[in-house]
Amino acid sequence: MSDPAIAHAAQFDDATQQREAATFGMWVFLATEILFFGGMFLGYAAYRRAYPAAFAAASRHTLLAFGATNTAVLLISSAMMAFAVRAAREKRRAALAWRLFATAALGLLFLGIKGFEYAREFSEHLLPGASFHFDPPYTNQAEMFFYLYFLMTGVHAIHVTIGVVLIAIFGSRAWHTDAFARNDTAVDLLGLYWHFVDIVWVFLFPLIYLVERHS
Amino acid sequence: MNTTTRELPITLEPRANYLNAGHSIWSWLMTTDHKRIGLLYMVSITLFFFVGGLAAALMRLELLRPQGGLVTSALYNKLFTMHGVIMVWFFLIPSIPTVLGNFLVPLMIGARDVAFPRLNLASWYLFMAGGLCVLWAIIAGGVDTGWTFYTPYSSTYANGHVLAMAAGIFIAGFGSIATGLNFIVTIHKMRAPGLTWFRLPLFIWTIYTTSLILVLATPVLAITLTLMALERLFGVGIFNPAMGGDPLLFQHLFWFYSHPAVYIMILPSMGVISELIPCFARKSLFGYKFVAYATISIGVLGFLVWGHHMFVSSQSIYAGMVFSILSFMVAIPSAIKVFNWTATLYKGSITFHTPMLYAFGFIGLFTIGGLTGLFLAALAVDVHLHDTYFVIAHFHYIMVGGAVMGYLGGLHFWWPKITGRLYCEWLAKLAAVTIFAGFNLTFFPQFILGFLGMPRRYPVYAPEFQVLNVLSTAGASILAIGYLLPLAYLLWSLRHGKPAGANPWQATGLEWKTASPPPRDNFTNAPVVTEEPYQYDAEAAELALEETSHV
Repeated sequence: MSDPAIAHAAQFDDATQQREAATFGMWVFLATEILFFGGMFLGYAAYRRAYPAAFAAASRHTLLAFGATNTAVLLISSAMMAFAVRAAREKRRAALAWRLFATAALGLLFLGIKGFEYAREFSEHLLPGASFHFDPPYTNQAEMFFYLYFLMTGVHAIHVTIGVVLIAIFGSRAWHTDAFARNDTAVDLLGLYWHFVDIVWVFLFPLIYLVERHS
Repeated sequence: MNTTTRELPITLEPRANYLNAGHSIWSWLMTTDHKRIGLLYMVSITLFFFVGGLAAALMRLELLRPQGGLVTSALYNKLFTMHGVIMVWFFLIPSIPTVLGNFLVPLMIGARDVAFPRLNLASWYLFMAGGLCVLWAIIAGGVDTGWTFYTPYSSTYANGHVLAMAAGIFIAGFGSIATGLNFIVTIHKMRAPGLTWFRLPLFIWTIYTTSLILVLATPVLAITLTLMALERLFGVGIFNPAMGGDPLLFQHLFWFYSHPAVYIMILPSMGVISELIPCFARKSLFGYKFVAYATISIGVLGFLVWGHHMFVSSQSIYAGMVFSILSFMVAIPSAIKVFNWTATLYKGSITFHTPMLYAFGFIGLFTIGGLTGLFLAALAVDVHLHDTYFVIAHFHYIMVGGAVMGYLGGLHFWWPKITGRLYCEWLAKLAAVTIFAGFNLTFFPQFILGFLGMPRRYPVYAPEFQVLNVLSTAGASILAIGYLLPLAYLLWSLRHGKPAGANPWQATGLEWKTASPPPRDNFTNAPVVTEEPYQYDAEAAELALEETSHV
């Protein structure tokens, strides 16, 4: 079962045990992340239920084209990450490196689009605080919506940024060394993290941009 | 089993072990040895315990007289906040998991270390960074919100260093999460051959359940404190009524963490007691599987009862009824445990060593604390008792009478394993009795005070409450002596204690099959487990104990 050629840390009996432990640890970490986001989703749920009309009105002021494009960008980056994981498993170093760089580039593109979106919203006085402006009657509750919007997409963007940095580091390690050819677990775990970031956005997108857009 | 332990020589020959593996400060600060990390935590939480205790001592002195006068009302608010924050997050929550858990989990499951040793060290640094933030907040002027940080006290109307203190708790929280994650993975993936789930010591079951709670509840606290801090910083936030927000949402989120946190404190203690009782009754634990399942069910139910902190906070009455019923249900697994411990004692050959005194103390005090919890879980009674000293007494019976008793019991039980030395038994017994007496004198009068209507968190009170308050303060003085005694004789034992030998209690469990103190890699030969836990034999143990006492 275990490949004696693969090194493992002293506390483990063999590389298989190490791989299983690391993978399991990553899943537990992702569970904590879900609970972390959970607090904000709870806040969203409570106030959307309390102020449905205000949330619908506020949601119409979000930039659907930007959000939809970003959804596509992040989904493609996630697919690219899946290809990278496969390349690591097949020990194809060059393919792994460029796929990781492509993933990171798409992540950067996501952040760039998000930045433009934030700038537009800032200039439209949609950032909660002293300069916030929204036509009555929903001024206060719309401020709550945009607070939740900036909070949740902001925390998500922090996660994307961390992911981009890690993926870029992994890409350059794959390019310059053969670390992942000997042990591809780390790429696997980074992939899990990136898919998690992607899934959070898949939930954020409809909650923010698509509140009663059909009408 | 006994034959293997007797072969190990009881000498002070400088044998290679985890303690003499390196003597520099650096070798401690950069260690990845779970045993050393456990000791780092032990020193840190002991310091925090005495800081938190100092705040409590000042509060009790203030309450000697009805009109107070020792400290200002503002300072009193800061004292109870400081006491709560430090005791909850920097003593009780880390106590058994990070000290005894770190030391024992790999030993008990026959592993060389935890799954992620460097993450384990990082947890301690996070804990210390958080602790220093909190200490800075205290020195810089303190916080007066109470440890619960309810909005808008902590946001719109905050006038203390709320942000620094919340940041400290936030950072330490990630240390907790990392510890929990480490234990879960370690227990799942690193058990010795033959060590199936139902051969695990119950201490491991409780640490496992506690870790699940740490991992699932602490992130919610992190986001809650973040939201509170944002509201404090920018004046906008989801708890702000000016924006249509509801301050009660803060309480929901806060207690979604903080009620399970009560079980983070008490479950590991129950695990310790489940180790102590079979050892000193020389009997297998009665109903092992029931106790294991009861542990898990307390962990699960603990996530479903947070609303009982908000019976009088305008929560829906129907929600209150559901939370009340669920809170009552926690009594079932708790009672299963108490009955199984007492059933283990039945017809056992009981010896009254120090750890066993703490175990007895735990059972009695935990039972009182648990039963008074049922009073508070009853909707109508809670209206009368909410925010009175009855609540204070109730949760101190759980947290001090339960969690701290368990911690001290465990510390005395495994001290010979940790240090390789025996402490002075009669002094230790004296301390245990002093703590038990002092504790009851401190907190039992508070049940009566609360029932009579004395509210918590006030520096002054009606004159008719003075007698009971004086009794409580007198008890606190006795309790303080009780807590200082172990500090003295345990430190003394480090240099002058008799060598303990591998297994001074003739206990079962893998940790007793290796030397005391254990070698760096825990076991010289990788252990294989072939039997159930707690295979105690009263006669064999008695013979062995007699033999060791002649050495």
